[in-house]
Amino acid sequence: MHESGCAALDANTTQTSQNETRRGWLAILAKAELGELEDAWRVLAEKPAYRVLRRIETGLVMVRGRIGGTGQPFNLGEMTITRAAVQLIDGSGRATCAGFGHVAGRAPRKAELVALFDALLQDPARHAAISGALVAPLAEKQTAARLERAAKCAASKVDFLTMVRGE
Amino acid sequence: MSGHVRPSGQDHTDLVPGFADPVHDAQASFRVILDAMAHPGRIEKLPVSLAAEPPTPLGVAAAAIALTLCDIDTPIWLDLPLARAWSYLAFHCGAPTAPSPTQARFAFVTDAAALPPLESFALGSDEYPDRSTTLVIEVVGLVAGRGMRLTGPGIRHDTWLSVAGLPARLSEERAALTELLPRGLDIILVSGMHLAALPRWTRVAL
Repeated sequence: MHESGCAALDANTTQTSQNETRRGWLAILAKAELGELEDAWRVLAEKPAYRVLRRIETGLVMVRGRIGGTGQPFNLGEMTITRAAVQLIDGSGRATCAGFGHVAGRAPRKAELVALFDALLQDPARHAAISGALVAPLAEKQTAARLERAAKCAASKVDFLTMVRGE
Repeated sequence: MSGHVRPSGQDHTDLVPGFADPVHDAQASFRVILDAMAHPGRIEKLPVSLAAEPPTPLGVAAAAIALTLCDIDTPIWLDLPLARAWSYLAFHCGAPTAPSPTQARFAFVTDAAALPPLESFALGSDEYPDRSTTLVIEVVGLVAGRGMRLTGPGIRHDTWLSVAGLPARLSEERAALTELLPRGLDIILVSGMHLAALPRWTRVAL
């Protein structure tokens, strides 16, 4: 009998590296388009039963930043986010993996889908399939889009030369 | 069993939902808690049901009080048997842990016999008597009409409340705190779906 374990994808990985891995897929899912997640959900075989742990809600978070990645952190401003927390229910009615989704804007359905995929990705039995079919292509697409934007910006970059000022 | 490492607190398999309808259930519960505090010793029944049983040994009324009143500004202190309820309260209320009873705005207790001395909780200050701990104690049973005789604000003549499962020393410690008024402790006794309040101003005669 297969035990539907959660969280531990590999007994040898440490908690920290598991967190890192999970953070990685959460970031990719959160930046995906709603349509992409909706499509992936539609074609998903064996859709899991699940319950909502906490009602999906929209709120504000303070975004903090640093100029150039250095210097004092400051409050950049507030942004709207939507968060969801769901829990999968296995065939025997037992609650298993919990998944969390935090996405930008007012997007309850997207937050819910991110949370659902987060929960499914924690299931070792389903991780590989979903990772390959959804996360990897999304990551590729997002990287390509970022590189393209970076290339466009680089083309219009102006190098300012500063002469050494003599005091 | 497979050899999976199961990091506690990360996979959240033990989490359960809180209120079924968070806004309205919290409002209805708030009203009942308010009524209970305004009428010391009166046994109130929680008007809502939770979407799922809270983690044992946290009772339904105690959980509803936490879901209604606790948030990021109210450090919570839990007694030892309630340690398992931490992830539930942290997730639904976002409340921080009080490192000691003195720093707690709310304290939840299921093992009344092992209750720390009342004076070890926050009693507020003369300027801010509200900065005290509200003690929520799970008891075996609450019965109206006999037991302790309660008098004081909110009670016209007197009211009687019998509490099963409360150590005798609690009454003495509570009586000793009356000389500190308006500083003091407000106590909510909970038993399953029921609750009754013993605010600091209520006088108790056995």
